[in-house]
Amino acid sequence: MEIIFLLIPIAIILVAFAIWAFSWSVKSGQFDDLESPAHSILFEDDNELIPDDAKPKDKDRD
Amino acid sequence: MNQHVQMTDEACFHCGQEIPEGTHFTAIISGKPRSMCCPGCKAVAETIAAGGLEHYYKHRTGDSFIAPELTGKDLPSNVQAELQLYDNENIQKEFVIDASDTEKEATLVIEGITCAACVWLLEHHLVKQDGVAQASVNLTNHRARIRWNNDEISLSSIMGAIYKIGYQGHPYHPDKEEQLLEQEKKRAIRRLGLAGLGMMQVMMLSIALYAGAFQGIEAKYAQFLRWASLIIATPVVLYSARPFFIAAFRDLKSRSLSMDVPVSIAIGGAYLASVWATFTASGETYFDSVTMFTFFLLIGRYLEMQARHRTGRAGNALMNLLPTSAIKLNNDTEELIPATELVPGDIVIIKPGHTVPSDGYILSGHTSIDESALTGEYLPVSRQEGDHIIGGTINVENPIKLKVSEVGANTKLSAIVRLLDRAHEEKPTVAKVADKVASYFVAAVLVTATVVSYIWWQIEPKDAFWITLSVLVVTCPCALSLATPTALTAATGTLRQAGLLITRGHVLESLASATHVVFDKTGTLTEGNLTLKKTVPLADLDSPKVLQIAAALEAHSEHPIAKAFHRYKETNAADVNVTVGQGLEGKVDGKIYRIGKPEYASQLCHQALSNTDAPDNHGQWLLLCDQNAPVAWFSLNDQLRKDAKLTIKRLKSIGITTEILTGDSSAAVQEVSSALDIDKTTANVSPQEKLSYIQKLQEQGAKVVMVGDGINDIPVLAGAQTSIAMGSATDLAKTNADAVLISSELAKLADAVLLARKTRVIIKENLGWSLFYNITALPLAATGFIAPYMAAIGMSASSLVVVGNALRLTKLIRRKPVK
Repeated sequence: MEIIFLLIPIAIILVAFAIWAFSWSVKSGQFDDLESPAHSILFEDDNELIPDDAKPKDKDRD
Repeated sequence: MNQHVQMTDEACFHCGQEIPEGTHFTAIISGKPRSMCCPGCKAVAETIAAGGLEHYYKHRTGDSFIAPELTGKDLPSNVQAELQLYDNENIQKEFVIDASDTEKEATLVIEGITCAACVWLLEHHLVKQDGVAQASVNLTNHRARIRWNNDEISLSSIMGAIYKIGYQGHPYHPDKEEQLLEQEKKRAIRRLGLAGLGMMQVMMLSIALYAGAFQGIEAKYAQFLRWASLIIATPVVLYSARPFFIAAFRDLKSRSLSMDVPVSIAIGGAYLASVWATFTASGETYFDSVTMFTFFLLIGRYLEMQARHRTGRAGNALMNLLPTSAIKLNNDTEELIPATELVPGDIVIIKPGHTVPSDGYILSGHTSIDESALTGEYLPVSRQEGDHIIGGTINVENPIKLKVSEVGANTKLSAIVRLLDRAHEEKPTVAKVADKVASYFVAAVLVTATVVSYIWWQIEPKDAFWITLSVLVVTCPCALSLATPTALTAATGTLRQAGLLITRGHVLESLASATHVVFDKTGTLTEGNLTLKKTVPLADLDSPKVLQIAAALEAHSEHPIAKAFHRYKETNAADVNVTVGQGLEGKVDGKIYRIGKPEYASQLCHQALSNTDAPDNHGQWLLLCDQNAPVAWFSLNDQLRKDAKLTIKRLKSIGITTEILTGDSSAAVQEVSSALDIDKTTANVSPQEKLSYIQKLQEQGAKVVMVGDGINDIPVLAGAQTSIAMGSATDLAKTNADAVLISSELAKLADAVLLARKTRVIIKENLGWSLFYNITALPLAATGFIAPYMAAIGMSASSLVVVGNALRLTKLIRRKPVK
């Protein structure tokens, strides 16, 4: 059972990382709009139906 | 029924408006020809189709906004000129930031967003523009964040691109309060996230400890698990639970009791005792109870805060009223400066079509001013030298020189914004009742806890602490305080999605008991602006041709009558003269025409025609004449809203009396009333009489919901128990109203009443349940049957029941079909 002396600190470090990541995502505005992303996922399926020349350029898709 | 209030079956594919008789505009969408009501909608639809974004029409959930004045590929010159102002560096420094050496970033408020498909359309259309690196549009607050390369594309072209697909962008510069609000929201989410993660971790360790207590665990492991719990629980208590400590401290200082006090005692006491137990390796730790308690309380707080911040979007609309720039006159040289740099005493020039940048007096010039933004009166008023005019209104006819008298916080517009702020601060009245109950409850809890701990101290000192803790946790009036806010939040959110923005808390309460709905006619039951109904050609020219001539002439006027024609403009007129209040004369394709009142227009062809010669006597008729003979009649009317009839039917079916109360005295009122089958109609009343009428109704015990839009409605809106302003209403009316019908879909009124009634039921259920829980749990805890962790679970479970019950309000009630 000595292993928990290693595993629990690792778990705490991972939690610390998760908290940092969460805090970063809040700061970068990912929680500002909780409505439209739920819908937008439905619109993206149509990509192959859009003619190639009308597709947004690669550099713009991020 | 009268002909002009009848709906035709065919509606514009883009905006859903009725298509005027005698016009034929079509656009090819997804390979099929679709009928359009005007060249504006046609141009927008074609731009969307050309960009390969037709799927927008498949996904949207409502009609699009009426397209702006737009014909063909180019923007109208006045719009172009206005947008180009935003390329000016002085003006850009207000709201544009340099994201990198080559890229700039700005936030725009977008007008015209109705559903998620709009967001998709805007984002895709914008990133297709060369030079735009990133565009993200927020559906909740209608703001777009755009990043672009300034060498490749100018801001005005980006805003032009937005305009071309039927939306309008305005720069967004938040004031301090708004920034604070945003920070508060982000902090709350962060607190919630930290508490949630912490709770899960500590819970896991606690389960090991509990299992160990039953099955036997070596002391070194138990001690290690406690230390690990301490490390995780510490940030939760210090950061996440901080608002409770701060509020409790504030309450104690002001000698009032809120639930923050026992909450702080419970969290702080349990944490400190657990820390002591960990350090001395003695006794129980309660880190699990501490973190769980914090997390569930924060959820309630977060929901409550969201309900308070709803009005944020209304703030966007107000700021758009003031222009970003002004033309200042320095010793006869014109200089373009940001409107915020104006000081009293400055002299500015306001050209026709421009917005007045600040309050002031007219130094020279005689013009008419469109005050509709403030007053809702859609006909412009005449203003001359010495008259005081208000910032945010629009100069319609002639250029004027204005001496600035008030700027910034002293302007009339700012006064309105402050009104809105006050509305923000007001706390919902239903919630207040719950708070009061909670505060008595808290006092009772504190007294009980003291008594319990004293008694147990006498009986068994070693158990006294945890039993007191259990009492504090189990009786925490969380469910009680969550009961109302969660139900209100859920219902408010549902209504907002349906297009009714509630700005004051009592609305749901009073909507539920409403007995009368009183409409103001202009702009509520009708669209509130004139539209072209009918074209009757008299000579050998066909309808589209005469409409073209009329539109070419009317393009030279900003009068509301002329505006009804602006959407049809395809050619230009020359040598145009305006006779104020009569009509216009000008040359189209080399021929002289007159359009306007029949008396005025018929002078050109040496006939004497008047309104009695018009094809029928409904609505307002305009005559177009050339030098030889009358050419065509045009009928204009303020048309009924699409869903007006259905709304009245529905309201009646749920037992509500409908009334019209209007200052209008024309025959049109009776027509509207009979077309809609309104219960009672009172016409030709002054704002004062409206107010006393409403007050009398209320004295007789009626619960009145007033639906209005103009400034003349404001006293009534303030006087009625519940007031609802239309989304297109004046901002002053909106800030005075308790709710705003953003989508302007009247049909939502009946839905709102039904949902409000259900909300009332659910609040009662919630309060009943939480009181029952607290009262039964208290004796159990006081007699020592409940361990702190069980108390925390019980508290959370009762809160979850309350929240779950409230979530039943997230769907609109299915309506029974109306026969």
